[in-house]
Amino acid sequence: MGMTITEKILAAHAGREHVEPGELINCKVDIVLGNDITAPVAIREFEKIGVPDVFDKEKVVLIPDHFTPNKDIKSAEQAKLMRDFAKKHGLTNYFEVGRMGIEHCLLPEQGIVLPGDVVIGADSHTCTYGALGAFSTGVGSTDMAAGMASGEVWFKVPESIKFVFNGEQLNEWVSGKDLILYAIGDIGVDGALYEAMEFTGPAIRSLSMDGRFTMANMAIEAGGKNGIIAPDEVTMEYIKSRAKRPYKLYTSDDDAKYERVIEYDVADIEPQVAFPHLPENTKPISEVGTVEIDQSIIGSCTNGRIEDLRIAAKVLQGHKVHPDVRLVIFPGTQEIYKQAMKEGLIELFIDAGGAVSTPTCGPCLGGHMGILAKGERSISTTNRNFVGRMGHPESEIYLSNPAVAAASAILGRIAGPKEVE
Amino acid sequence: MEFQGRTWKFGADVDTDAIIPARYLNTSDPGELAKHCMEDADPEFPNKVRPGDIIIAGKNFGCGSSREHAPICLKAAGVSCVIAKSFARIFYRNSFNIGLPILESPQAVDGIDEGDEVKVDVNNGVIYNLTKGTSFKSTAIPPFMQELIDAGGLINFVRRRLKG
Repeated sequence: MGMTITEKILAAHAGREHVEPGELINCKVDIVLGNDITAPVAIREFEKIGVPDVFDKEKVVLIPDHFTPNKDIKSAEQAKLMRDFAKKHGLTNYFEVGRMGIEHCLLPEQGIVLPGDVVIGADSHTCTYGALGAFSTGVGSTDMAAGMASGEVWFKVPESIKFVFNGEQLNEWVSGKDLILYAIGDIGVDGALYEAMEFTGPAIRSLSMDGRFTMANMAIEAGGKNGIIAPDEVTMEYIKSRAKRPYKLYTSDDDAKYERVIEYDVADIEPQVAFPHLPENTKPISEVGTVEIDQSIIGSCTNGRIEDLRIAAKVLQGHKVHPDVRLVIFPGTQEIYKQAMKEGLIELFIDAGGAVSTPTCGPCLGGHMGILAKGERSISTTNRNFVGRMGHPESEIYLSNPAVAAASAILGRIAGPKEVE
Repeated sequence: MEFQGRTWKFGADVDTDAIIPARYLNTSDPGELAKHCMEDADPEFPNKVRPGDIIIAGKNFGCGSSREHAPICLKAAGVSCVIAKSFARIFYRNSFNIGLPILESPQAVDGIDEGDEVKVDVNNGVIYNLTKGTSFKSTAIPPFMQELIDAGGLINFVRRRLKG
């Protein structure tokens, strides 16, 4: 019996020839990740284990990105605790404010995560790296602590769902965000609970690396354990200048077993908008109706990459942000920020009337830099629209791709980019 | 392990932002987090909950973020146990890792109304609705999870392995 890419990576890291869904296995991990919210809890648990050092100074990665640059005194204390720990243990992959980025944009960019890896991160969007053909999943702080100490983690081998996106050509202004929102709208926020979501098909093969990151990023919003895309020439092109250590390419066997196979035709998929208060509440842009907005957020670990900024700029060019709207743009990393400057995108955003921030998770989780008041509405390229996620419990978040978020910022209501062309 | 308490009932897909909004995550102090427990699902919950109370919820409880602060704040608020139709996977792992008992039982969730007095026999996976005089079986806890519980949580488990 063949294996899926997920099963192969897990088997290899458990020292096994073969694994089956449902089996409990102990895996070696290549990277253990934490941030300024989750790492402080993990560090407290790590100290209880009583080992002097982390298992590998290069494989424990700590990023201050959630409430940083420190938004208040308590956040500063948490960031300091993490910084002190990184110094004490001589961690080579600690990235300070000014050199950092949103963790899930930064790690692939810096070549820290590579195809074939097993990665755990105390952040639910750690599933992003599956776009490179790695097994990558979110865990809590205690699992992170155990991983930091032992270099190992236990998993139940998940069943896999295969999503086949047929058709070569995406509709105009459709991106990876729309494909994943469409799938979540179809199967629901627990449609892939505990399962691996494997994205395949011609439309995935022709999707950019940035679009693939966006898709794998939101596997968790369907309850998935991981999202994964088999590596190909697009992956190789992305990692060739970034990889500084060996990596391994895995693909699913033709006779691999799937719990389900779900097929979509991308010709049916137009830009999607997820209405409050769950990512599964999706509608195509043509059925949105009139929804006025107060804010538009472009960025995050879901859509803060250079391609996302280019798309937003293309829509905003020659337009001004609506007088009643705050547009806030968050490049995912310093590298992305610099690239956007070189291409003139930052100037374009500012000229259009938008604010551009240093990289931070910021408003995505209601931290800072764009919090909503009671009754306010935001269109956002982030990943969650739960009650209170971006501020007041009576505010509303609508999720979309960067093109829709940019067009909405211009018109003051949720709109597709075709309306401003 | 046995618990008995009043029940509070919630719907499906209670996410971790509802359990503990991120705006309070600039601390990891359990007592501070408990003051805002379930606040965005029921603003009065932190004032109403009493030690030993049990949460009953629909499918996919704890979906969303990986924040361990979610089970930590429930435990610190005195919630003895959560019974749901299903749990999101990171929340499920986290609860075992920090020692918050959770049980999966769609029948129990349908058979318990808010305010019912419920007794839970965690080891045998039996849930008694004392108000209505009914009982329900929960999905068995996987043997490895039982091993974690017996070891006193993941940290003790790992400590033993690394020193063994």
